[in-house]
Amino acid sequence: MNAFDLASPGRRGFLRKSALAGGGLVLGFYLNGASNAAEQVAKPSAAPGAEFRPSAFIRIGRDGIVTLISKQPEIGQGIKTSLPAVIAEELEVSWKDVRIVQGDLDPAYGRQSAGGSTSTPTNYDEFRRLGATARAMLVEAAAQTWKVPPGECEAADSAVHHGPTKRKLGYGQLVDKAATLAVPDAKTVRLKDPKDFKLLGKRISGVDNHAVVTGQALFGVDTRLPGMLYAVYEKSPVFGGKVKRANLDAIKALPGVKDAFVIGGTDDLRGLLPGVAIVAESTWAAFSARKQLQVEWDEGRFADQSWAGFVSQAKALARQPGTTQLRKDGDVNAALAGAAKTVEADYTYPFISHASIEPQNCTAWFRDGALELWAPTQNPAAGQDLVAATLGIAKDKITLHITRSGGGFGRRLSADYIVEAAAIAQRVGAPVKLTWSREDDLRHDHFRAGGFHFLRGGVDAKGKLIAWHDHFVTFANPVTRDGKTTLQTGSGGSLGGDEFPGRWIENCLLEQTPIECGVPMGPWRAPGSNVFAWVFHSFIDELAHAAGRDPLEFRLEILGDKAIVPGTGERGQPYDVSRMRRVLLHAADKAGWGKKKFPKGQGQGIAFHFSHRGYIAEVAEVTVSKDGSLKLDRVVVATDIGAQIVNLSGAENQVEGSIVDGLGTLMFPEINIERGRAVQGNFNDYPLIRISDAPTKVESHFVKTDYPVTGLGEPAFPPLAPAVCNAIFAAIGKRVRQLPLSRTDLRWS
Amino acid sequence: MSHYSLSINGQSRSVDVVPDTPLLWVLRDTLDLPGTKFGCGAGHCGACTVQINGVPTRSCMTPVSTVGRKQVTTIEGLDPKGEHPLQKAWKELDVPQCGYCQAGQIMTAAALLKENPRPTDEEIDGAMAGNLCRCGTYLRIRAGIHRAAELAVTGPKKGRK
Repeated sequence: MNAFDLASPGRRGFLRKSALAGGGLVLGFYLNGASNAAEQVAKPSAAPGAEFRPSAFIRIGRDGIVTLISKQPEIGQGIKTSLPAVIAEELEVSWKDVRIVQGDLDPAYGRQSAGGSTSTPTNYDEFRRLGATARAMLVEAAAQTWKVPPGECEAADSAVHHGPTKRKLGYGQLVDKAATLAVPDAKTVRLKDPKDFKLLGKRISGVDNHAVVTGQALFGVDTRLPGMLYAVYEKSPVFGGKVKRANLDAIKALPGVKDAFVIGGTDDLRGLLPGVAIVAESTWAAFSARKQLQVEWDEGRFADQSWAGFVSQAKALARQPGTTQLRKDGDVNAALAGAAKTVEADYTYPFISHASIEPQNCTAWFRDGALELWAPTQNPAAGQDLVAATLGIAKDKITLHITRSGGGFGRRLSADYIVEAAAIAQRVGAPVKLTWSREDDLRHDHFRAGGFHFLRGGVDAKGKLIAWHDHFVTFANPVTRDGKTTLQTGSGGSLGGDEFPGRWIENCLLEQTPIECGVPMGPWRAPGSNVFAWVFHSFIDELAHAAGRDPLEFRLEILGDKAIVPGTGERGQPYDVSRMRRVLLHAADKAGWGKKKFPKGQGQGIAFHFSHRGYIAEVAEVTVSKDGSLKLDRVVVATDIGAQIVNLSGAENQVEGSIVDGLGTLMFPEINIERGRAVQGNFNDYPLIRISDAPTKVESHFVKTDYPVTGLGEPAFPPLAPAVCNAIFAAIGKRVRQLPLSRTDLRWS
Repeated sequence: MSHYSLSINGQSRSVDVVPDTPLLWVLRDTLDLPGTKFGCGAGHCGACTVQINGVPTRSCMTPVSTVGRKQVTTIEGLDPKGEHPLQKAWKELDVPQCGYCQAGQIMTAAALLKENPRPTDEEIDGAMAGNLCRCGTYLRIRAGIHRAAELAVTGPKKGRK
């Protein structure tokens, strides 16, 4: 079976087409500008010794079954259901006739990364056009078969219908004809009017749900290959430590152990860390042998670092000007001196792990100079890149199969566990599955950066916010490139000068100072936003109360009436105030903001946040018992993510999940750092939220607007923590300035 | 290595493993039943929940040597066709997000429904509090158990929607 390009020579085809050996139509889709990628995949790629993989998104067989490729990694965000549904909608294929196959890493698919809530906004329009193009070809095939004008034909329910003669041909009957047709220019094909959508906007159940509830192999850790061995990998408990020596001979003599060896690794805190690999005949043999492993570590220069030390450092740094000034408007000191009321407050949050329930794992098979990988990853290309750069294997010799991920939350954008498996496989003449323990997973995370905000704010005699100063003390890792070492703040550990309310206040000073640390950091669901929203909307609430103002009215006044607030500088992003005002008022209205009287111990709080192109406002209602326990009674969420909800069930799931995750992350987790290492290691000391703490009621309101369709994996998360903390203040008058919540005594009498 | 004859999903299965091997790894590595998941290895998360003589049990903390001839039921054996009311309800209400914890959730919920065919929210929270879901599907787990309770009584034909 060969793919061939029907586009005229020299033209960068938008679509490619190939005939299927068994009969049928394959349409490949190439993003505009992806010309290099298109060149690379002129020949279908094949895994070493494995079956052929068509480099295309749509395959229609003579049996009428439509196979759609899901190119994006599925991590629980529902993309394996929603993006193929976009194609199916325009293709007019019945959902029951659709089969969905997870695509491997392949340049033919364009960018394959599940991060930043970008999968929907970057693919939605193109996927509609792809489905519509295939539909147009099937309609043309039917029209030619019947010798009638295509305009008299209509596609519906996996068939083309000719109304005047009441004839119909199923898609399976049309594929041979369609495969002979020229591909129309995708830009000219007619898209459906969204009001005629049959599938999009409805509740579509996840395509893997049956496999999930019947326990079929789906996830990375379920990978099983003939002759496969099982590996564990012990790294230095102190970040940046190296192996001095280990009792390898004793380990190799243990039952079921095939090999044990040291991997030197690199200095990259997020790359291939030095460690000791044990390879065994079963997971349990590897786990058991690890209990006997004794390693002497060179702990390196971070061995004395601790969270307590970071706190002292941060307090000292706060007394000095920040090393970076992110924004300076007006004169904040003069404004504070002249303010009618001022508030000063310090806000602190810890490092936290991602704690996906599927621990990091990867299966690797190195043979004949080529490497095949099976990885639960959000960013397969990063895995391929890191392996190629670290182990010197050419990228075209690395095949990566994307498995379903048992949770992502940003952790699987990193590729450390992939390069570890690859490095082990290079030494082992068999397929090998590396499985991290829970302790590995929590302690060797690429953590959500901790941080400290030293805030001052002031209101004038009318209660208007006139001054805002934040000195953000954050964390940075040393990063060496081309022999030069620089400090890089962790993902989400750098404040943008445009972060709300940065552009809205006359006298505003935002500054930042990093603390160097060995704690590796990485993106964590809604990076930056997941803590900034809590800090800023909590402090705004403090100022509203100091001014004796209603927290909603105070926020509306800050936002102002201007429809768009432009970004600062060339790279600044505009902020659509009209969209935020709309969701804010919508949430307040649905929640009955200001209309209810709550007894002491109960209250309402409000917050909003713009992130990942989504405008979201949330109102929380809480009960704080006299013993200090918290119950989230109700959350009202108003969301503007554009013109179309792709899968209503998936969207509601993401909102509900974000609310539960937002609450859990507020209440429980913290990774303490002592003697250069992460303290917490399992769910007994790193608790996750349980069903008994989950809110009783989450009300999702999707406010449809004319804006482009955007993603929902992240943006509903950030406003929850401040909405809850503001509700706690309304309920009992206590302000939460430190995460997790368990550090604040909420008892009252 | 020791020899064990186990009763898994109604079938007799023989394995040769070391006695302290947790049932979890016997299921996953030896018997190729990957539905039961590894989450924490310490009994904290519930992803590895199976039923032993009908009782939800953490397979990661259960040495194979202690199982004997007791009846082990895993997610693969809950219903041969995947038509247990909980499985149906999970699909109908689209409960899973990543899906990794859901086998454990369902095995715990199945034992709850057997004992208490119409549990309240509070009873559900009480029975399910040991099964962690990192994606936060708890609201749908509650709804799914209520729906399964309905399906078990009325059958699928009187289902809503």
